[in-house]
Amino acid sequence: MKPHLNKDFRFPTNEREMLFGSGGDTGNLTAVNSGWRTFRPVIDHGKCIRCLFCWTYCPDGVIGKEDTELTIDYDYCKGCGICANECPKQAISMIKEEK
Amino acid sequence: MAINYKDLSDEELLYGAKTCPGCGAPIAVRLALKILGARTFVCVTASCLGATTTVYPQTSFFVNNAIAAFPATASTIAGMSAAVEMQGLEDVTILGIAGDGGTADIGLQALSGLCERNDNVIFICYDNEAYMNTGIQRSSATPYGAWTTTSPVNETGTAKGETRIRKNLFDIVSAHRVPYCATASTSYPRDFMEKIAKAKNLKGTKFVHVHAPCPTGWGYPSEKTIEYGRLAVETGLWYLAEYENGKVTLNLAPKVFKPVESYLAPQRRFRHLKEEDFKVIEKQRDEEWALLKAKAAS
Ligand SMILES: Cc1ncc(C[n+]2csc(CCOP(=O)(O)OP(=O)(O)O)c2C)c(N)n1
Ligand code: SF4
Ligand code: SF4
Ligand code: SF4
Ligand SMILES: [Mg+2]
Repeated sequence: MKPHLNKDFRFPTNEREMLFGSGGDTGNLTAVNSGWRTFRPVIDHGKCIRCLFCWTYCPDGVIGKEDTELTIDYDYCKGCGICANECPKQAISMIKEEK
Repeated sequence: MAINYKDLSDEELLYGAKTCPGCGAPIAVRLALKILGARTFVCVTASCLGATTTVYPQTSFFVNNAIAAFPATASTIAGMSAAVEMQGLEDVTILGIAGDGGTADIGLQALSGLCERNDNVIFICYDNEAYMNTGIQRSSATPYGAWTTTSPVNETGTAKGETRIRKNLFDIVSAHRVPYCATASTSYPRDFMEKIAKAKNLKGTKFVHVHAPCPTGWGYPSEKTIEYGRLAVETGLWYLAEYENGKVTLNLAPKVFKPVESYLAPQRRFRHLKEEDFKVIEKQRDEEWALLKAKAAS
């Protein structure tokens, strides 16, 4: 399981609710990074040999290996293209985002 | 410790950071945290990593993280390790992370003190070869010939980028006779993680200097980060080495180096370099390797 957006997050309304400083929680994601992407990586699972190079090199750690097929967390993938560039089987294509 | 990707945790302890697409720095940090685990207390100082992991109200570290002033990585982790020791927390690893500026320049005095006292911590310097977070200024780790905003280039050729050779942090830290000092690269993750695993199991000050390419500051497309990091090693302009028990080991010594221009020429920061500049860089490289090999042989 990858971390995910904290949908319940509300900005503090007074200093007693301030999040940080000693005692504040660690890991609090209040925004996604998907809007940064121009190209989206798409895995052809038929070609994948599960070498896990993409999983290891992905700077954002968004590739998951817990399921039978690799997963990509598109909320936090920035579309950098490293996974596709490093895949020895050319199993990842970078597809232009429409929107 | 042999690293097998399939056995590593799928859990991410660094996530959702605002680093540029393709940034090398989070590769180093997330892989280090896979080895060190959730009982790691981190200190990050002013740098791209610091700025992109703590954008209020977001925090991208899923372990304790103290943010300290730019020169203070080493002094902060020294204090953290003393606190952890007093509390008897034996399962905790203290990890300091700083950029090349925060390590080789402004953080160097505190780092030297840390190494001399041999405080029980791991210090990772992720090296993108300039002050990136403030918009690409030279640091003492900027390589010869590189353009930055403070090592400019002009058309007449009187300004040709960085004019000095880089400071050798590996030599500086190992001269303190610390238990462990290593160089690594985000393009060689297995080697890097093995070094982190080694550091985790040793007591005292452990230092890992990891080359972490920066698409924004170096000027190359984001998907090439691993490729360029690898080329740096294959051309001999970066090296993978370890210092342990007074001995230097080279982890990878290419028999023949690839031509330096295969690494340099495609990067925007080296675009102004000419044939004669590549020759100078090759000569510097060969001198550096002669010293390195002599150390490894002794
Ligand atoms: C005392 C002090 N001087 C200057 C700064 C401004 N500053 C913040 S980050 C930074 C650059 C850090 O460079 P480096 O350590 O190489 O990390 P990078 O940003 O390249 O990852 C500078 C100069 C500061 N925060 N504190
Ligand atoms: S790099 Fe390619 S082959 Fe390897 S695991 Fe990823 S998608 Fe599969
Ligand atoms: S495009 Fe970049 S961020 Fe997205 S999965 Fe591939 S390597 Fe990771
Ligand atoms: S400027 Fe470079 S080091 Fe900084 S976040 Fe962007 S890619 Fe990473
Ligand atoms: Mg830097």
